[in-house]
Amino acid sequence: MTKRLGMLTRARGAALPVLTIVAAIFVIWYIAAATMNLQWERDQAERAGVEFVLTDALANTMAQERPVLPAPHQVAQEIWKTTVEKKITSKRSLVYHGWITLSATLLGFLFGTILGMALAIGIVYNRAMDMSVMPWVIASQTIPILAIAPMIIVVLNAVGISGLLPKAFISTYLAFFPIVVGMVKGLRSPDALQTDLMRTYNASANQTFWKLRLPASMPYLFTSMKVAIAASLVGAIVGELPTGAVAGLGARLLAGSYYGQTIQIWSALIAAAILAASLVAIVGIIGRIVERRMGFAR
Amino acid sequence: MNWFLITGALAFWIAAWALNVWLANRYPHSRAVRLFVPTLFGVTLLVLWEGIARGADIPTVLLPPPSMIWERLINSLPILRADFVQTFLKSALAGYVMGCGAAFLTALAIDRSPFLQKGLVPVGNFVAALPIIGIAPIMVMWFGFDWHSKAAVVVVMCFFPMLVNTVEGLRASDAMQRDLMRTYAGTYRQNLLKLRLPAAMPFIFNGLKICSTLALIGAIVAEFFGTPTVGMGFRISTEVGRMNIDMVWAEIAVAALAGSMFYGLVSLIERAVTFWHPSMRS
Repeated sequence: MTKRLGMLTRARGAALPVLTIVAAIFVIWYIAAATMNLQWERDQAERAGVEFVLTDALANTMAQERPVLPAPHQVAQEIWKTTVEKKITSKRSLVYHGWITLSATLLGFLFGTILGMALAIGIVYNRAMDMSVMPWVIASQTIPILAIAPMIIVVLNAVGISGLLPKAFISTYLAFFPIVVGMVKGLRSPDALQTDLMRTYNASANQTFWKLRLPASMPYLFTSMKVAIAASLVGAIVGELPTGAVAGLGARLLAGSYYGQTIQIWSALIAAAILAASLVAIVGIIGRIVERRMGFAR
Repeated sequence: MNWFLITGALAFWIAAWALNVWLANRYPHSRAVRLFVPTLFGVTLLVLWEGIARGADIPTVLLPPPSMIWERLINSLPILRADFVQTFLKSALAGYVMGCGAAFLTALAIDRSPFLQKGLVPVGNFVAALPIIGIAPIMVMWFGFDWHSKAAVVVVMCFFPMLVNTVEGLRASDAMQRDLMRTYAGTYRQNLLKLRLPAAMPFIFNGLKICSTLALIGAIVAEFFGTPTVGMGFRISTEVGRMNIDMVWAEIAVAALAGSMFYGLVSLIERAVTFWHPSMRS
């Protein structure tokens, strides 16, 4: 009870500053939108030969069709229009595009988690693997996979693999790294006292793994999974860029940039942000439930 | 199909693995072995790649063997150098310095206001998890095709991880140490320069290392949205279109090398600056 109360007051303690910052961001956004879009209004007025009236122009900056920086409410309107008011099967629906990106993200995340856990178990239980694979796992992340993404897509397309899988592979590559690092740390987290206890019980290696090491690694695993799922979303979005803008949030970004549809770019961007935030939150909640049921003191 | 090459590569793999296992179990604490084992593993991967790519007659459009990539790399050094200068030295490095610098200064500026810190850290953490790379088309629209727009993307990508790490680092000194500074009648400035900034260094370098890989990625991906006709991202996307996959791989090799060296350089500086930290003393 007291713990819950403590969490509540802490949450309330952070709420006001966070809200202030968010409000400040919106204010800055509006001011920036007004100043950046003003030039266009000035040009329009000059071209039309009308006298330039600042107040009217300022009002107009909030409602341009292709603004340099769309105002927040324009983006919100666009999101509302493309999610709620469109059928989700429509090619113009953000839900449709979001789902395509989401499915690639989830598949890649799943592959990445399985691969990462398998590698971590190998690294923890095999010294040769620890010494030879671990440095390359770290080195692998300095290779900008996002830069290779277009090639992977095009090459796999040439072999006849297209659609979901190539994007999922890119997500996998980004997602497996945090999982490996976190899992290795987690599987090694039981201290000498605990492993000694298992030894006094005459536990087999198998039993030590299932009853001590794996449970002990769970908090580490979920922390890594939060990083991994955000990374796999980035992978899926970038994976969509070179496919020639067919479908998905990345395709919306690319199409928007080709046709100068800034509102469309921003709405895809915000949709991606919402998706990322909810995915991370969901993993976090699952993690908290699992940890509570396992009896980790919180 | 050339079975001789494939079996040769596989045999090399098995032999190298056996040698690695033997070495790792025999001399687990030797420095040379610690260096040799991963190197041999890397060489094995290259040999396997070469053997299978050549042995199984995989079309070079799909997967060129490493020897072919090397040849291409050696023969097109001027192009690669121009791309490297454009993408790495101009876009990535400029963006990295500006982004990390701005984040560091912001962290110092809000250092005296716990209110702002409480608000900015959760927001920063949130933004750091977002797919920021998506702002690339917007930045290209705002700052034009040249390296400025790429640097802008890198600035935004680096800013938040760096900010969160620096703020966290500035809190890292413990109460006992701060009390000591107080008994010395240390001013805010002295406190910052002599205690809190040095104590923050491990966190700051963590941020710098994260950003070092982000910077290159940001610069390359931003080039997909429009560039002058030079740059690593530009080269990769056009050469893929022309099916010159060996050139793409050569570019990737350069990127990987540049990324690793950049990361390694930051780690070396970290080692020199935070020599006192427990993780450096082992």
